[in-house]
Amino acid sequence: MRSVSIIGAGCTRFGERWDDSLRDLVVETGIMAIEDASVSGEEIDGLYVGNMSGGRFVEQEHIGALISDCAGLSRLHVPSTRVEAACASGGLALRQAVLAVASGYSDVVIAAGVEKMTDVTGGVAADALAAAADREWECFFGATFPALYAMIARLHMHRYGTSREELAAVAVKNHHNGCMNPISQYQMEITVEKVMRSPLVADPLRVLDCSPITDGAAALVLAPTEEAQKYSDAPIKILATAQASDTLALHDRRDITTLDASVYAAKKAFGQARLEPKDVDFAEVHDAFTIGEIVAIEDLGFVEKGEGGRAAEEGLTWIGGKIPINTSGGLKACGHPVGATGIKQAYEMVLQLRGEAGKRQVEGAEVGLTHNVGGCGGTALVHIMSR
Amino acid sequence: MSTVPRFWRHIPQRYNLVGTHCSKCDEYYYPPRTICPNCRRNAKMEDHKFKGNGTVVTYTTIYNATDDFKRQTPYNLAIIELLEGPRLTGQVICSPSEIEIGMKVKPVFRILGKEGDRGIIYYGTKFVPVEGSI
Amino acid sequence: MPAGIVSYGVYIPKYRIRAEEIARVWGEREDMAQNLNVFEKSVPDADEDAVTIAVEAARNAVKRACVDPARIGAIYTGSESHPYAVKPTGTIVGEAICVNHELTAADFEFACKAGTAAVQACLGLVTANLIDLGLAIGTDTSQGAPGDALEYTAAAGAAAYVIGRENLAAEIEGFYSFTTDTPDFWRREGMPYPEHGGRFTGEPGYFKHVTSATRGLMKKMKTIPEDYDYAVFHQPNGKFPVRVAGQLGFSRDQIEPGLVVPWIGNTYSGSSLIGLAATLDVARPGERIFLASFGSGAGSDAFSIRICDGIEDIRDRAPKVRDYFKNVQYLDYAVYAKHKGKLRL
Repeated sequence: MRSVSIIGAGCTRFGERWDDSLRDLVVETGIMAIEDASVSGEEIDGLYVGNMSGGRFVEQEHIGALISDCAGLSRLHVPSTRVEAACASGGLALRQAVLAVASGYSDVVIAAGVEKMTDVTGGVAADALAAAADREWECFFGATFPALYAMIARLHMHRYGTSREELAAVAVKNHHNGCMNPISQYQMEITVEKVMRSPLVADPLRVLDCSPITDGAAALVLAPTEEAQKYSDAPIKILATAQASDTLALHDRRDITTLDASVYAAKKAFGQARLEPKDVDFAEVHDAFTIGEIVAIEDLGFVEKGEGGRAAEEGLTWIGGKIPINTSGGLKACGHPVGATGIKQAYEMVLQLRGEAGKRQVEGAEVGLTHNVGGCGGTALVHIMSR
Repeated sequence: MSTVPRFWRHIPQRYNLVGTHCSKCDEYYYPPRTICPNCRRNAKMEDHKFKGNGTVVTYTTIYNATDDFKRQTPYNLAIIELLEGPRLTGQVICSPSEIEIGMKVKPVFRILGKEGDRGIIYYGTKFVPVEGSI
Repeated sequence: MPAGIVSYGVYIPKYRIRAEEIARVWGEREDMAQNLNVFEKSVPDADEDAVTIAVEAARNAVKRACVDPARIGAIYTGSESHPYAVKPTGTIVGEAICVNHELTAADFEFACKAGTAAVQACLGLVTANLIDLGLAIGTDTSQGAPGDALEYTAAAGAAAYVIGRENLAAEIEGFYSFTTDTPDFWRREGMPYPEHGGRFTGEPGYFKHVTSATRGLMKKMKTIPEDYDYAVFHQPNGKFPVRVAGQLGFSRDQIEPGLVVPWIGNTYSGSSLIGLAATLDVARPGERIFLASFGSGAGSDAFSIRICDGIEDIRDRAPKVRDYFKNVQYLDYAVYAKHKGKLRL
């Protein structure tokens, strides 16, 4: 298995993109990534695109063929695969692309992600997202996606004393970071008080604890590391790719306050990269809800179990802190176009590791980690990258 | 909310909490499993009707729901551990201030939802606190 | 061959609305409660309907006498608020109490006496040895039009009776029915609220049919009011059953245990059957109960019932009627309207 690197990356602005369709967003990001990589269409061996629910949001399936066609690659008959793992669709698309190159089967491969969520009403979007949970045994009884994470939060607060303010601190940090990210959906600072006063969604989670409904797309170009210098002055090496599954329903988990899929994927990734959590300089983790980030930094091994609550409040995870988390603004502030998030996380890796993250640059960033979760933990993807 | 065949297929499970039990490793499953994760193909699975009494493990009160449940908010959702061991997700009918981790609950038969004014009515099991119930 | 009640069960939802609260909203006289002798009525939860409360009552009946549901050969459910116009309540109840599939079922409608008609149908199949056990249910979550007099009394409740030949808790010694075509109260298909003939529902409706059925049964059985320890009459409000009891020669003491309408309202198809259950909750072996239901449209089913020894063993094994009077929760009119689906969405 040969080493794989990212030779180009692009990401659209995330937000409510009323003027742009799913096809428009994909083309926009595809062009950015391909130009960044200086590859030509003829060199592309394959496309992997993460998309959770084209069918529910824009009544379109067969997304693989759609993307290849929109990208003008259908005449070159480039193989194109849609990858789905709910909110981890992007991370899984990246993994599939990495495996295709690492195996030697393909040379230059695009890993993209796209979601167009605002063409339907909020109620329909909420129901489409609920399909990431267990439709028959959670949603049928009235569970919503925020409700599942709310139950994780409730138990985490009960067991470890994590406070409402500590959850809010995560949102405050990520909004602060989002202000420094040109593609972020939200570009505004918020306060703990503002979070605490926002309307309840599923107690204890409030509107400002929850990532928004977002349109957006991101894309990466991958090539074998040994050839990366041909395309890029600053290729980013993928040190590890790992994936794990767990029960679909939250009630079947071994420990409701731990996403075992994240723990397992992280262990495998660190094993592959021959690194430990302390070697990671910064990370993009899956903060679909504020509690998600708190549990993630515990599961990934950055802090002890139960200590995740304090991290944002005490500055540990801020830029300049011991382990900056979600410098992009995370899902919370940057936005969460479901299928695109996993790729956007890698895009942030690329900017940081190249030293092109502007005001949100992590000094001396050399090793970064992305963590992308499907549903409330049925799937987890962890990638580790370096300069 | 569901298609007719998908709802009908799980009527015994939803009305009467019929799950499964692996007699090889003695583990109980609700919702029912065809394959025991412990024993996999060596499992000996049989139906088991759960009594329905259990304890709240964690909970939330939902204020913002999908379209199917919009008119029912706020309502409580909990993960409940049944006496026999398995955990399930279900609504607990009490005020948001009443529900707490460790509360004992028992099953009741209620409407879970309706397919508009013209579609079928989905019946099933919700839970009420044991304390103060008849 | 004797046949009768093997077990019984009731269910009354825990919400109530006071008559004075309804009067407040509609600007009615403050003494409506005293006028009707109905102080409060039961209100179903937003996720309850005639089916769910029938299930709870049926489950209580099965539990009370540890009935094996596989022995049930017929389920007849009477209601005027079946949630489906086409698709029987009885099959859903059957599934929820784990019957096997070897049974007959049908839903009944005869205004407030659909439940007692279901009892008669079960008695027929049981005494003819065509089935082992029958399940007869009267259940309703009836609507009264907002601002109408019926709104003070239209309530929610269900009673389920297991009818059989052996291990009887109470024997049904005989019954007699009086039925005519009298349009005193009705609801057209598709309409949300019933209509009624005002005072016409009294003498030509309720009183004529209840007294005719009662006198007819006592003539057939050669009994007089004094032969009975208790009497239960259909309870559309708290005045009619008291008045008809007096007219027929029954005393206030005889009807007292079964007079539940002042506290739960008129549970329509559940009404006389819940009154009967409240009496079974206290009656002793050897005592006799007289029951006469009434259904608009119109008819009355009268029953002569003798309590058996078996009742002592089973009575305490499931909730009694007056257990449902405890831990109630009062609603204001707005929340009541939301629960009852009166708000057009």
